[in-house]
Amino acid sequence: MRDHYRKALSQTVVLVCVGAVLLALLPLVLVLFYVLQQGVSSLNWDFFTKMPAPMGEPGGGMGNAIVGSFIVIGIGGIGAIPIGLIAGIYASEFKGTRLAGATRFAADTLNGVPSIVVGVFAYGIAVLPFHQFSAFAGGVALGIMMVPLVMRTTEELLLLVPHSLREGALALGATRARAVFTVVVPAALPGILTGILLALARVSGETAPLLFTAFNNRFFSTNPRQPISTLTVQVYTYAMSPSPDWHRQAWAGAFVLVTIVLACSLLARAATARLARMQRGA
Amino acid sequence: MRSTARARPDEILFRVGTGVFAVLLISLVAAIAFELWRQSQLSIQQFGWNFWQTDTWDPVSGEFGARPFIWGTLYSSVLALLIATPVALGIAIFISELSPAWLQRPLVFFTELLAAIPSIVYGLWGIFVLVPIIRKLEVATPAALKSLPLFSGPPLGVGMLSAAVVLSIMVVPFTSSIAREVLRAVPQAQREGAYALGATRWEAIRMALFYARTGIVGAVMLGFGRALGETMAVTMVIGNTPQISLSLYAPQYTMAAVLANEFSEAADPLYLNALVEIGMVLFVITLVINVISRAFIWSLGRQTRPRQAKAAAAPAVEPA
Repeated sequence: MRDHYRKALSQTVVLVCVGAVLLALLPLVLVLFYVLQQGVSSLNWDFFTKMPAPMGEPGGGMGNAIVGSFIVIGIGGIGAIPIGLIAGIYASEFKGTRLAGATRFAADTLNGVPSIVVGVFAYGIAVLPFHQFSAFAGGVALGIMMVPLVMRTTEELLLLVPHSLREGALALGATRARAVFTVVVPAALPGILTGILLALARVSGETAPLLFTAFNNRFFSTNPRQPISTLTVQVYTYAMSPSPDWHRQAWAGAFVLVTIVLACSLLARAATARLARMQRGA
Repeated sequence: MRSTARARPDEILFRVGTGVFAVLLISLVAAIAFELWRQSQLSIQQFGWNFWQTDTWDPVSGEFGARPFIWGTLYSSVLALLIATPVALGIAIFISELSPAWLQRPLVFFTELLAAIPSIVYGLWGIFVLVPIIRKLEVATPAALKSLPLFSGPPLGVGMLSAAVVLSIMVVPFTSSIAREVLRAVPQAQREGAYALGATRWEAIRMALFYARTGIVGAVMLGFGRALGETMAVTMVIGNTPQISLSLYAPQYTMAAVLANEFSEAADPLYLNALVEIGMVLFVITLVINVISRAFIWSLGRQTRPRQAKAAAAPAVEPA
C-alpha cells in the first residue's frame, strides 16, 4: 500500500511541475498577445517619422525618440565595448591571477546593481557637474550597464577557443599579444559580437536609468549635450498620461521594443549555434 | 596557462595594457559606492538613523523619512518571491528532470524570452491589462475576508498585489534558469543511484534538490535581489503612496519607485541627498544579497566537476 502512495505522490509532483510550466507560459503568451494586438493596430508609418503631437491632437509619432535611443545606446556602446572587451581578454588570458578573479567578481556585482542605481551614479558624474540633463549622461548610464555583459561574454568565449590554435601561433614564434589578437580573438569573434549584440538589446529596453540622465525632449535633437527623447522613456510618459491617443502610441512603442529585443535574441541564438557547430568541427 | 618563458617587454606591455582595463572595471564599482556615499552626506548628517525610522516623506517641508520605501520594497519582493519560487522551481525541475529531450530547448527559449522582455513593457501591460483584472478580483472579495488586515481598503487595482504579481512574473525566468543550471550540475550518478535503490521519480528529484540545496537557495536569493531593484514595472502599478500597510490592496511605494518618480524634480540639495541615500542603501542591500547568493552557488559548483561548476556560477540570462 505504501508503494501506491509513493507512486501517487510522484505522479502528483510531475503534474505540479507541468502546471508550473503552463502557469509561467501564461503571462508570456498574454503579454506578447496584448503587445501584438494593441501594438500592430496602433503602428503606422507616422510613428517612425513624425514628432510627438501635443496632447489631445491625434497623430504624431516617436521619430525623435527612435533616433534618440540609437544615439544614447551608441554613446554607451562606444564607451563600454572597448572596456568590456579588453577587460574580458585580460580575465581569460590571465585567468589564474587575483586581478582576473576580482574583475570577474566586480563584473558580476555590477551586473546585479539595479539599473536605477546606475542612473543615480550617472546623474552624479555626468549631470550634476554640467547642470544639464544630456544624451551623453544617458549614454554613460547605459554604458556602465553594458560593461559587465560584454566582459563576461568575451571572457567565456575566449576560454572556449581550442588551445591548439594558440599553441600553433606561439610555436610559430608569435608573441603572446600577437597570438591573442590575431588568432584567439578572431576565432571567438562571432561569439563576442553576439555578446555585444545581446548587451545592446538588453540596454535598449532600459528606462529607469534614463529618466534623470537623458531625460526627455519634445523636439528632434541629436546634440549629445542636450536632453534627448528615447523610446523607452517616451513609452513610459505616454503610458502614464490620461490621453487614449498616447496610450495607443505607448503600445506601438512597446511593440517596437519587443521586436528589437526578440530579433536580437534570435540573431544571437543563431550565431551561437553556428559557433557551437564550428567548435565541434574544430 | 602562464608562460614559463622570461618576461619580455612586449609581454609586460600586453599584461599591463589589458590589466588597466580590468582595474578600470573594478574601480567602476568602487566609484559607484563612493559617489553614492558622497552625494548623500547632507542627508546622512542631517537625519542619521532617524531617516530609516521615520514615516513622513514631505519634500515641501523638508521632512524625509524613508521607512515606507524600505517596507514597500521588502514587502513587494517577499510577496513576489512567495509566488515566483514554487513556479520557478517547478519549471527548473520539469526542464532538467522530467521533460522529453525535444521539449527542453523550446522551454529554455521561452523562459529566456520571458526574461528578455523589457521592464517597461511589463509595466504597460500591468497598468492596462493586469490592474483592471486585479481590481475586479478586489471588488469581488467576500466581506468576511475584507475584515482581515491583508485584504482591507478600497479596491483600487493599483497597489501591492498588482506589484507583487508583476514582479513575480519578472523573477520567475531568472530564478528558474539558475535553478536549472544548478540541477544540471548534480551528477547523473546520484540520480541513477536513487533509481537503483527503487526510488520513484519524485524521490529521485528530491534527492537531486537536496544535493543542490545551496545552489537552489542561491538561485532564490538572486531572484530576490532582482525583485528588490526592479523599477519601472513596479512604479507603474504599485500606486506610489508612501505608507506602511499589510494590506495587499493598499497603494504603497518602493525605494526604486521613489527614485524613478522624484529624482529629476529634486532641486533642493537636501531632497536630492535624501534620494541618493535611498539609492545607496538599495545598492548595498542588492550587493550583499548578490554576493551571498553567488557564494552559495559557487560552493555547490566546487563539489562537482569544473566544467559544470562554471555553468552553474554564470547565469545565462539576466532580465533587462
